[in-house]
Amino acid sequence: MNAIATPAKLHDCRDAFVAVLERLGAENPNVVAVCNDSVGSSKLGGFKSKFPERLVNVGIAEQNMVGVGAGLANGGLLPFVCGASCFLTGRSLEQVKADIAYSNANVKLVGISSGMAYGELGPTHHSIEDFAWTRVLPNLPVIAPCDSIETAAAVEWAANYPGPVFLRLSRVGVPDLLPAGHVFQMGKANLLRDGDAVTLIANGTLTHRMMKAAEILATEGIQARVLNMATVRPIDVEAVVAAVRDTGAILTAEEHSVFGGLGSAIAEVVVAEAPAPMKILGVPGIFAPTGSAEFLLDEFGMAPSAVAEAAKSLLARKSGRA
Amino acid sequence: MQPNDLERIARQIRLRDLQAVYEAGAGHIGGEMSATDILTALYFKVLRVWPEQPKHPERDRFVLSKGHVALALYVTLAKRGFIPEEEIHTFLKPHSRLNGHPNCNKVPGVETNTGPLGHGLPVAVGMALAAKLRGATYHTYVLTGDGEMQEGSNWEAISSAAQFGLNNLTLIIDHNRFQQGAALKDTNDLAPFASKLVAFGWDVTEINGNEMAEIVPALEKRTARPHCIVAHTNKGHGISFMQDRVDWHHRVPNAEQYQIALAELSETL
Repeated sequence: MNAIATPAKLHDCRDAFVAVLERLGAENPNVVAVCNDSVGSSKLGGFKSKFPERLVNVGIAEQNMVGVGAGLANGGLLPFVCGASCFLTGRSLEQVKADIAYSNANVKLVGISSGMAYGELGPTHHSIEDFAWTRVLPNLPVIAPCDSIETAAAVEWAANYPGPVFLRLSRVGVPDLLPAGHVFQMGKANLLRDGDAVTLIANGTLTHRMMKAAEILATEGIQARVLNMATVRPIDVEAVVAAVRDTGAILTAEEHSVFGGLGSAIAEVVVAEAPAPMKILGVPGIFAPTGSAEFLLDEFGMAPSAVAEAAKSLLARKSGRA
Repeated sequence: MQPNDLERIARQIRLRDLQAVYEAGAGHIGGEMSATDILTALYFKVLRVWPEQPKHPERDRFVLSKGHVALALYVTLAKRGFIPEEEIHTFLKPHSRLNGHPNCNKVPGVETNTGPLGHGLPVAVGMALAAKLRGATYHTYVLTGDGEMQEGSNWEAISSAAQFGLNNLTLIIDHNRFQQGAALKDTNDLAPFASKLVAFGWDVTEINGNEMAEIVPALEKRTARPHCIVAHTNKGHGISFMQDRVDWHHRVPNAEQYQIALAELSETL
C-alpha cells in the first residue's frame, strides 16, 4: 500500500454527489433538492430534468432557502439544500443554527465549492470559515469528503442519517484515494497509509496532498501515517489519541482558516487527551490574494513538498523534546 | 365553539399569562396580550390538531414566528391539552422545557424553534410547499410581529410563497404598532402592510385582531393565492394601563399593577 503512488486521474466530487442524489431521488419520492439559483453550480440539471417538481429553486435568497428546507423536512420530505458554501453557511448561519441544528430538522446542507474553489473570485466567495461556523453547532455533523468515492458514500449515509448534516464539497479535482465500495462512517477517520514518525491528518482537497507529502517523506526514510478525517464534528478522538501514541506528532492541513477548523478540532483533543507536538496548516488568518485554489494552497505552504518540510520540522521538535 | 366561548377562553389565557409573567418576573406581556385572541381562535376553533398525536402527519401547522411571546403559546397549548396546565408554573425556571422561546424538540405542539425574528415565515413556506409536493391537505399558519416584518428574510419568503402558489399558507401579522423600543412608525414604518403584500402577489384581509368575530372567518378563509391577515391589534390588550404603551413590551407589573390587572381580567371572566 505504501509503495503505490496516489492516482493521477482527478474527479469533480459534485459529479459523485449528484449521481447519488439522482439515484436516491428515483428510489425515494420524498427526496427534494433545494437551491438558490445554483442549479448549474450545484450540478442539479440532471435532478431537475428527472424530477422537475422536486427541484425547489428559491432564487437568490439563502436565508429563505435554509428556512424552506427546514419546513420541507417538517412536512415529511428529505431535503438536500445546496448552495455555494460561502453563502449557504455565511449568509444563513442563523437559519442553520436555529431552523436546522437547534430544531434538529432532518435537512442535509450541501456546501458546494467550499474552501477556495472560487479562487480568483476572491475572499467574498471563499468559504474558509465554514468549519469554524458549523462545528460549534450541536446536532450538526460536519463532513468534508476527500474524493468522489467518499463523497458518494457520505451522501448515501447522510440520506439515511435521521438528522441534520453539513456536507462540505469542492469542485476542485481530486484523485480517488478510498477503495471502491467504501462505506462512510461518521466520526471515523480512514487510515490511508501507516507510519510511525508522524501523523498527517487532512480532509477534503488536502488529503491527497498529504499522501503525496508522505511519499516524499518515504523517499527520505521517514514513514508518516496518513489519516483522512472527513468528519470534523464529531471528531475521531480515538484516532487522534492513537496517532499521538503511535507517532508522537501530528501535522494537519485543510482548505480553511487555521483558526477554528479541522486542525483546531484535533488540537482540542491533543490538549485534553494526548499532548504532543502539533502544527496546523491552512489559510493563515488572512483574506487570500488573487489566485486559483491550487495556487493558493501552494502559496500557503500546502504543496506536498512544503508539507513534507513542515513534517520534518515537527519531527525536530519531537526529538528535541525527547 | 361560538365567539363568546372563544372570548372567555382568551380571557382565561390572558389571566394565566399575566400570572405567569408575575411569578416568573419576566415575559413579553404586551405582545402576548395582543396575540392571545389569534392564538385562541387558532387552537380552539381553526386548527386541525390532535394534542395526543402532536406529530400527526395531517395536522395543520402553526408557527409562532414572534417566538418571544412563547408564554402565550405555552398557556394556549396547556389549555388545549398538549402539555399539563400545572407546568406553566415552571416557565423560565432552571431546566424547565418552557424557556423564553419555544423548543420543538421538547414541547409538543411546537413545530420549529423560533426566537431570532424573521425565521418562522420561511419555514412555514417550506411546510406549505411540502404539503403541495406530497398532496397533503394540511394548512400552514404563521404569526409574525409587525416589527418583525423589518427582517429581510420575511420578504424573501413572501415572494417565494407567491412564486410557489401557496394557497395553503396563511400569514398573520400581529399589527400592534409597537416594537421593542418604539412605535413602528418611528422606527422603520412598513405600514401599511396590505398594499405591500398585494404587490408581492398575496391576497390580504384586514381585521381587528382582538375581535373574535373577525378573527375566525379570516383564519378560515381560503384564497387563490397566499393569504395574509393584517391583524390590527393593541399591545397589552385587555389590561388598561398596558394598552398601546411601548414600555410594556417586556416589563413586569409590580404588586400594585398586578392586582389592578388581575381585577380587570377577572371581572370579565
